[in-house]
Amino acid sequence: MAEEAGVFMVPQTVGSVLCCKCGVRMAPNAANMCVRCLRSEVDITEGLQKHVIILHCPECNCYLQPPRTWIKAELESKELLTFCIKRLKNLNKVRLVHAEFIWTEPHSKRIKVKLSVQKEVLHGAILEQSYVVEYVQQEQMCDSCSRIQANPDQWVAAVQLRQHVSHRRTFFYLEQLILKHDAAVHAIKIKQMDHGIDFFFGNRSHAVKFVEFVGKVAPIRSRHDKQLVSHDSKSNNYNYKYTFSVELSPVCREDLICLPPRVAVSLGNLGPLVICTKVTNSIALLDPFTLRHCFLDADQYWRSSFKPLLTSRQLIEYIVLDVEIISPEVNIGGSRYALADVQVARVSDFGKNDTIFSVKSYLGHLLSPGDYALGYDLYGANTNDIDFDSYRGLVVPEAILIKKSYEEKRQKKRGKPRSWKLKNLNMEVEESRNRVEDEKKNTEYEEFLRDLEENPEMRFNISLYRNRDYQPSEIASTVDGDFPSIPIEELLADLDLSENEDEDDMHD
Amino acid sequence: MATRLQFENNCEVGVFSKLTNGYCLVAIGGSENFYSIFEDELAGVIPVVKTSIAGTRIIGRLCAGNKNGLLLPHTTTDQELQHLRNSLPDQVVVQRIDERLSALGNCISCNDHVALTHPDLDKETEEMIADVLGVEVFRQTVAGNILVGSYCAFSNRGGLVHPHTSIEDLDELSTLLQVPLVAGTVNRGSEVIAAGMIVNDWTAFCGSDTTATELSVIESVFKLREAQPSDIVQDMRKSLIDSYL
Repeated sequence: MAEEAGVFMVPQTVGSVLCCKCGVRMAPNAANMCVRCLRSEVDITEGLQKHVIILHCPECNCYLQPPRTWIKAELESKELLTFCIKRLKNLNKVRLVHAEFIWTEPHSKRIKVKLSVQKEVLHGAILEQSYVVEYVQQEQMCDSCSRIQANPDQWVAAVQLRQHVSHRRTFFYLEQLILKHDAAVHAIKIKQMDHGIDFFFGNRSHAVKFVEFVGKVAPIRSRHDKQLVSHDSKSNNYNYKYTFSVELSPVCREDLICLPPRVAVSLGNLGPLVICTKVTNSIALLDPFTLRHCFLDADQYWRSSFKPLLTSRQLIEYIVLDVEIISPEVNIGGSRYALADVQVARVSDFGKNDTIFSVKSYLGHLLSPGDYALGYDLYGANTNDIDFDSYRGLVVPEAILIKKSYEEKRQKKRGKPRSWKLKNLNMEVEESRNRVEDEKKNTEYEEFLRDLEENPEMRFNISLYRNRDYQPSEIASTVDGDFPSIPIEELLADLDLSENEDEDDMHD
Repeated sequence: MATRLQFENNCEVGVFSKLTNGYCLVAIGGSENFYSIFEDELAGVIPVVKTSIAGTRIIGRLCAGNKNGLLLPHTTTDQELQHLRNSLPDQVVVQRIDERLSALGNCISCNDHVALTHPDLDKETEEMIADVLGVEVFRQTVAGNILVGSYCAFSNRGGLVHPHTSIEDLDELSTLLQVPLVAGTVNRGSEVIAAGMIVNDWTAFCGSDTTATELSVIESVFKLREAQPSDIVQDMRKSLIDSYL
């Protein structure tokens, strides 16, 4: 300011004085003592804690923040450092400028933190000093862990996921979605049941969250109930067990549906014979003859809750004899269709009689004479559906082709491992009573895997992992036809850090 | 030689005593030990006088003087003034002055030729200082402090100033005083120099906290190692003879 006012200021050079203790030349400071003498004179870390005992839960890797909070923290993490510093008493008497971990053996149950603190000493000189605090980790299980340890099956909330259909395909897909989104990470136990899966949770909120997740990926209907386990009326504590009953709609992809008249009218006279093309939290319906496309959300569905007329297990194989495309290829809801007049014959009839069906199909762009296709045999079907019967004068085609069949080509690949694999939920399975059920399950799983290969839209939502055991053979690559497979770019490398593997490596 | 001592367990000896080339004042009522150290060093050379000023013991901060005179604040009682006039040698002029800033020891720092004063002292006081002490008066600050009497101590041979004094200030003061100056501390890093020590041309007394390093700085800047009380007489005699010739 003085300079701005044009006042002459004498430049000031800082002189030097001798340290009053050791006589070393230095710039004058508040204590007029050199830093080393000052250090020897005063210890600002005096009265600060150098040894602290912290409680650690070995089960869930949590640390106790008194009085009751347990904080989850990894070794050398920011959270742990914050926790460690918070545990120090008297730290408000100094100014903390730096803190870092000193590496210690993870099993040593010691954590060392190096702290740098500043404090004003001797008439205003600020001294900085660093020191090491050793935390001794004492093991003590946290409340929730000790409860689980006492009885691991102790659940508070159970989610019963059910779908009343004859196959488990939906659950295979749902399992992958759950894995990908880590939705069941809090589940204590997962149990495979007839027509579904049971999930058990230690906390009601975990179950609610899980039900919400399922509601986002599938059309569900759920209700919940609670059962009083114990209560303390004096302190108004009630202890409940909660059960969530979640029902998935029985309509699956590729099912043939006969819409109830009211639904058909509300969808603008769709169908009434429609094919379900996709199931997410809503159901996508496609009229196979007009290629009209419609979505039905969970609310709308459950209002009428129709059942499929024919399901994908009733698909039979046809051989295509002739294809005549009648409309250009169109893109509906992300997949392509082309209407065509197709002449087909059942493979079972082939060579026995001359039954030939002339039907309309939306697979015109895929089919060519000689191909095999899977479809619903309405000619031979014995349907028992009230909605279907309520339509009078409904012209029903003899067959509805659903998809092209790659069965012939796949024959060659049978029994060979795939280049990819899926992860599985850690599910408890009840011992199956007979081998038939086991076999059925295996076939269904195989069909599910095949579906994934054929349908890129389906695997869009799930994680596939590279199969380490798979060795691509040269023959396979030469024989490779046009049947769909999964490109290697879509696969994820599976990070596997199991101890067994390490041991194997050591033995090698 | 510099001597370390303390006044009733207090190291600020400059507060309780005043030392010039012509006399030494010591606060009354202190332990006999404090007094006897001065007696030991100074007996037979200059008078050591026990006194109070304005009824207090902090005489070093209240009065200013050199071998020519002694200035006392207006709070000094008549008895004290009389006592000092009686006890001090005849050539020392003892004068009580009417100055608002009554802690003269904090506001004035002087040797036998030059005085540095607080910038706000009265004009009359300044004239009085010049007349009574026979010195040239400069209004100055030391390292930005206006209490020049507290933050520096100098004799006819050298001076010690506040440790934060910049090199430019040190040069300026040294030119004014015509003695070598050094920035330093007493009493283990204390910057209140004049409170921590008293000095004349051949001896110095420091607080007992003063470290060996500080003591050696003091001895070297005030040139106390070779100094003897008789030296000054020799010097005077030489100059007297000079002037006579």
